Amino acid sequence: MSGFAALVGRDLRLVWRRPGDVAVVLAFFVVATTLFPLGIGPEANVLARIAAGVLWCAALFSALLSLDRLFAADFEDGTLDLLLLAPWPLELAALAKCCAHWIVTGLPLAALAPVLGVAFGLGPEVLQALAVTLLVGTPTLSLIGGLAAALTLGARKSGALLALLALPLCVPTLIFGAGAIEALATGGDFGAHLAVLAALALVALATTPWAIAAALRQAGE
Amino acid sequence: MADLHFLANPARYRRFSQRVLPGLSIATVLMLAVGLYLALIQSPPDYQQGDTVRIMFVHVPSAWLGMAGYALLAGLGASLLVWRHPLAALMARAAAPVGASFTAICLLTGALWGRPMWGAYWVWDARLTSMLLLFFLYLGHIALSRAYDEPERGDRAAAILALIGVINLPIIKFSVDWWNTLHQPASVARLGGPSIHPSILLPLLWMAVTMFLLFVLLVMLRTDTEIDRRRLDNAEAQA
Repeated sequence: MSGFAALVGRDLRLVWRRPGDVAVVLAFFVVATTLFPLGIGPEANVLARIAAGVLWCAALFSALLSLDRLFAADFEDGTLDLLLLAPWPLELAALAKCCAHWIVTGLPLAALAPVLGVAFGLGPEVLQALAVTLLVGTPTLSLIGGLAAALTLGARKSGALLALLALPLCVPTLIFGAGAIEALATGGDFGAHLAVLAALALVALATTPWAIAAALRQAGE
Repeated sequence: MADLHFLANPARYRRFSQRVLPGLSIATVLMLAVGLYLALIQSPPDYQQGDTVRIMFVHVPSAWLGMAGYALLAGLGASLLVWRHPLAALMARAAAPVGASFTAICLLTGALWGRPMWGAYWVWDARLTSMLLLFFLYLGHIALSRAYDEPERGDRAAAILALIGVINLPIIKFSVDWWNTLHQPASVARLGGPSIHPSILLPLLWMAVTMFLLFVLLVMLRTDTEIDRRRLDNAEAQA
């Protein structure tokens, strides 16, 4: 477990020393979200209607945007070779990398989304639900995105390819994340949606580390 | 499984395919001729859908083969990762565009049927959407397997993707079903027997067998091409 904490700590320190990388992702989230009212028009009821879907999609794109460097730097400077050689399960290392990614993108996105939600005219209850669904849903995005990042390590045009691989796999999370908020607004069962969202996160937690480790091994060969 | 392992060697597979392909090609063409006669001329128009029901004879088998094709990719991916069968990689490379084409045919014929029947080429219905997402998964597989300078890396990455994709397909299907439902429920394979009249069911099953043969034929032909291409690349690399 100390190795896990050390790896997460290392990634967090790397981000802390270059905070610009995270700031760019959050700035993209804000700018992309701002474009929707400009494109659709400022009617308050329309914006409130689409806010949950827009914020969820923008969060999904932002999380993917930051992923193509998740393993690339370690791949280039040889850290990945040491992780492969280490007498320590690569699956845990993969999980640690995704965990660090979630702390530096998922958490800030969940914190920032309610602020943007205010601009879309959402009520306090919906804002709270938005933050909760993003907190529960973004770990899945980090894990699936981590898999896509590992699969595209060293590929040509890896950025666009990563999105093509990850987006269809993220559809269930998007449906239940945005659906939970929709359910809250229309008197549906918010708790059931949230439970499925959590279940998706647990399935991703149980399956993706193995696949990421397999992908990293074949990248290291 | 012993028989399938026997075919894992590309040279042995090559001898097998050369024996099978001529007969398979002739059978497919003959079956297709009879099937098109049954589907387009001999079978009666539906009392509600009229002649548009004939689209179904292509649409439904394409949907089945589109889904079966992804299962094939996952099986080939597993046999590449577990046994390192060299043929599995080449066959997956050959099968992915074929499966994607059948999925695309399913979507296109569905759109042509939907316009007169539902009044729209496309509706955001659960079954249509999950077919579209299956098509996207195929695109990801095709793009990933061809994204590397060393083809072997692309093969293995795509194999992992196919396995993860096949785990996720039921989850995607379930969540899209939850999201919206308009498409009619399955009417061939269900408890209590099919709800389709025999005069339409027979040509449908005939076309299903025919298109299955066509799928196998295309995959085998393309696998032969992939074997040649890989040999050529290796020869070029050595020269």
